Amino acid sequence: MKISKIKELLNAEIVCGEDMLEEDVHSACGCDMMSDVLAYVKDQAVLLTGLCNLQVVRTAVMMDMKCIVFVRSKKPTDDIIELAKDSGIAVLTSAERMYSACGILYTNGLQSGTVAHA
Amino acid sequence: MSEPIKFHFDVDGDNFSSAGEASVQVKRMLRQIGIPADVIRRVSVAMYEGEINMVIHADGGDADVVVEPGKIIIILADRGPGIADIELAMTEGYSTAPENVRSLGFGAGMGLPNMKRYTDDMHIESVVGEGTTVTMTVLF
Repeated sequence: MKISKIKELLNAEIVCGEDMLEEDVHSACGCDMMSDVLAYVKDQAVLLTGLCNLQVVRTAVMMDMKCIVFVRSKKPTDDIIELAKDSGIAVLTSAERMYSACGILYTNGLQSGTVAHA
Repeated sequence: MSEPIKFHFDVDGDNFSSAGEASVQVKRMLRQIGIPADVIRRVSVAMYEGEINMVIHADGGDADVVVEPGKIIIILADRGPGIADIELAMTEGYSTAPENVRSLGFGAGMGLPNMKRYTDDMHIESVVGEGTTVTMTVLF
């Protein structure tokens, strides 16, 4: 699924990474606990989260992710946006809640992918 | 590569926002010297969790990374409160982190288990009241 499709499905705004909208991503995860992301993510390229701080971006960097979606209308601050830009990560914001956002993407074909260490 | 390549960082314990800066830098440096991507991920995740621990529990400390042929060693040393029961601290879900850390996405008792999971060897030396040194090795 292209990042532009995620944007459309979640009625999201793109905050940074406009040049990445046509990139393809194959799996996603939804999580507010960054240690769980670090423990279980394998090759998921998209992180949906209601947590909004710099550690979300650093976690995404560690896991080589391409896109962060902040749900529940969370607005990332300038330092979060700067770090995402520097790290080559696209950032979207959506008013959808976590459960709905994950459900919409899943039913449209964006899979959860395999999980490490399960 | 015959001589080991060494990186040193002072981990600032003053604010949680900066936790992980050293790990992000290490990730970039390892990429520049051509270390395989899966190895970089293991090293940087393990170091990141360690850095977060140093900031939450120990007011920062020193982080050293040594790159040798076939292995990367990460040494995290702090002068924090120490760990009284290392075996208990290694239990998934056990945490002594304050509640506010949980609202920041950490403190779920996954840090040390994650560090062990991503490395080939992890050794903890700790003296209560003096500090903790965690040495991790990733082979490739």
